[in-house]
Amino acid sequence: MPTFLGGVHPPEGKSLTENMAIEKLMPDSGLFIYPLSQHIGAPCSPVVNKGDQVLVGQKIADTEAFVSAPIFSGVSGTVKEIAPKMTIAGSVEQCIVIENDGKYEKAPSLLDELYSGKSPEPSEYVKLIRAAGIVGMGGACFPTHVKLLPPKDKVIKWVIINAAECEPYLTCDNRLMLESPDEVLRGLEYALKIFPEAVGVVGIEDNKPEAIKTMTEHNKNSKISIMPLKVKYPQGAEKMLIKSVTGQEVPLVPALPADVGCIVLNTRTAWHICKAIEEGLPVTERVVTVTGDAIASPKNLQVPLGISVKELINACGGFRYEPVKIIAGGPMMGLAMRSYDVPVVKGTSGILALTKNLAYISEESACIRCGKCVEACPMHLEPTLLDHAVRRRDYETFEAHGGMNCIECGSCAYSCPASRHLVQSYKNGKAFVTAERKKAAAKAKEGK
Amino acid sequence: MSQLTVSTSPHVHSEFTTRNIMCMVILALLPSGIMGTYFLGLRSLAVIATCIIACVASEYVWQKFVIKTKVTINDLSAALTGLLLAYNLPPSIPLWMAICGSIFAVIVVKQFYGGIGCNIVNPALAARAMMLISWPTAMTTWTVNGVSGATPLAAMKAGNPVTLSCLNLWSGNMGGCIGETSSLLLIIGGIYLIWENVISWRIPVIYIVTAAILGSLFNHGGGFYPVHEILTGGLLIGAFFMATDYTTSPMSAKGQIIYAFGCGLLTALIRTWGGYPEGVSFSILIMNIAVPLIDRYTEPRVFGAPKSNFAKRMGGK
Repeated sequence: MPTFLGGVHPPEGKSLTENMAIEKLMPDSGLFIYPLSQHIGAPCSPVVNKGDQVLVGQKIADTEAFVSAPIFSGVSGTVKEIAPKMTIAGSVEQCIVIENDGKYEKAPSLLDELYSGKSPEPSEYVKLIRAAGIVGMGGACFPTHVKLLPPKDKVIKWVIINAAECEPYLTCDNRLMLESPDEVLRGLEYALKIFPEAVGVVGIEDNKPEAIKTMTEHNKNSKISIMPLKVKYPQGAEKMLIKSVTGQEVPLVPALPADVGCIVLNTRTAWHICKAIEEGLPVTERVVTVTGDAIASPKNLQVPLGISVKELINACGGFRYEPVKIIAGGPMMGLAMRSYDVPVVKGTSGILALTKNLAYISEESACIRCGKCVEACPMHLEPTLLDHAVRRRDYETFEAHGGMNCIECGSCAYSCPASRHLVQSYKNGKAFVTAERKKAAAKAKEGK
Repeated sequence: MSQLTVSTSPHVHSEFTTRNIMCMVILALLPSGIMGTYFLGLRSLAVIATCIIACVASEYVWQKFVIKTKVTINDLSAALTGLLLAYNLPPSIPLWMAICGSIFAVIVVKQFYGGIGCNIVNPALAARAMMLISWPTAMTTWTVNGVSGATPLAAMKAGNPVTLSCLNLWSGNMGGCIGETSSLLLIIGGIYLIWENVISWRIPVIYIVTAAILGSLFNHGGGFYPVHEILTGGLLIGAFFMATDYTTSPMSAKGQIIYAFGCGLLTALIRTWGGYPEGVSFSILIMNIAVPLIDRYTEPRVFGAPKSNFAKRMGGK
């Protein structure tokens, strides 16, 4: 079975929610909060004012910048304020706050607005995808239209749907494939129309046999194949997925998947592409897996964006046991939250509440050079060496040994018997080197 | 609700901790020590207990009173060092010598270099080497239940084939160090560690095969006896439990292969032409000090890096 070298096997934890059909949650009141930056790239500026009436799917923020994506309201109601609020990442950012009137009145579709109700030509797809605010829905939130406009000299041979869902506990992509396989497949077909020379592949880890079966049965397109992949974390990391599917290695940073002829889209992203092209639907909602041993009844919830995480937890019966950690995303790469009264954004794939039995909080001890991190690293780095380099502030060594290529998957820290805070080190190292490079670039500019 | 914990991902962890790794190694070593005590005499137990207590006490005193840092005897690494040292001593060793060796292992070899994870050679083996040089007679007097005799390796060196029965060879009914003789139990312990993913198969398998084949080819023991090369002396305990010491062995797969081959080659050379009948300790010690060099030249190629250029292979410029 196709796979990559390295990686780890954390307990899956998916049984809590994998058989829970997606439930719709549509509260009839409450404040919905929309941070102006829900993606990688330039933040948006509000296009509504305090006191304005907005509808579901109405654009509330946008920008001229290329690497960015507009933001839409998930509810109908009144704009209460535009003010700094805490986001799910724990930082305070400018947000648009909308008071939900519970009517869910819909704004006219993007097709009506842009193409007088007709479906657009393939040459218009990328523009429409930008207009619908579609970003990588797996969590990274890279604007999809940027991905779909690779440099002209790159020939795209593969469009890959990342349905690996290798993060433990998360099941929202799995449920989406079971409940809307045709939309996901049609989304991929539309992407293939943008790249006529490419074939489509849906890569699914083989711990989701139902999804593999359903997708295979529904796939009628000879250019698309469904590929079961070995269950191993991080099978769904872009570079690992490309290696598993095509056998190719994406070169070192700053190379992109397009350099080896690949474009990788998340399952939910493909679904959104289909909905945008067929119905003119912008990104106003998403499926969130709410799970963990602290949650009373774990569920897959379809929620309007901007809803408070607190409401999601209440909809799942609240806490059964006291959580010590609440995580936005999966346990391997998710962000630990300071407070859970923060809004759901485009990239929120899961809310994981763990009790002290499962949440891993431990004191560091000395590295014993066991080499388990080296074995686990899917990027074939030497994590312990990089960790030591960052701790003695030797960023040159960090860079020289490939530190900037770290994908922060956490496989090393997961397997470290000394509980070294490895990922923290690499995040620091990468941030420092990036800042230094920016400084150097600014200096060079001044010099000229 | 009380406060939520915020920390960097990952938020889950494998079951491995330093302490339970050390625990598993100790568990894997226990059967051969029991067998050794059975064949070589009850005094073996006294040596084992002395070494473990002396090692743990040394680490405690050093950390608590000398450098005044957190005491880490709970990670069991000092206890394991003591156990390994005892297994590498003859049962008749005077206990004060065992205590000296233990102090040397933990304080000089391990703590002087920065404690766990920082020592450059295996503490137990370095202590054994120190003792072999300091007290050569006591360290090479082999007794089986109080009756002294030559070890099979010494006989092989003299060119005499091994005369022990198959059962004695496998079970360990022969002269030697406390923990090194019962081959079958050492192999079972080693397989357990490989099975539990505590150690990789690379170092022990390559080391044992290299030493056995080269030793036989060098005509050590007066003929082609690879099985005797393996079952006599300290090759098994060395290959499974000493050469695989994390801190003093290479981290990459390629590095481990080179290191294990080096250990095997040196063992065969010392056994055949060296001044001592046994070469396992010295081979491992020599390869230990080569580890930083091996690590440097066997650093894995970073995913996506060009395959040819060495500097660029590691992701550098």
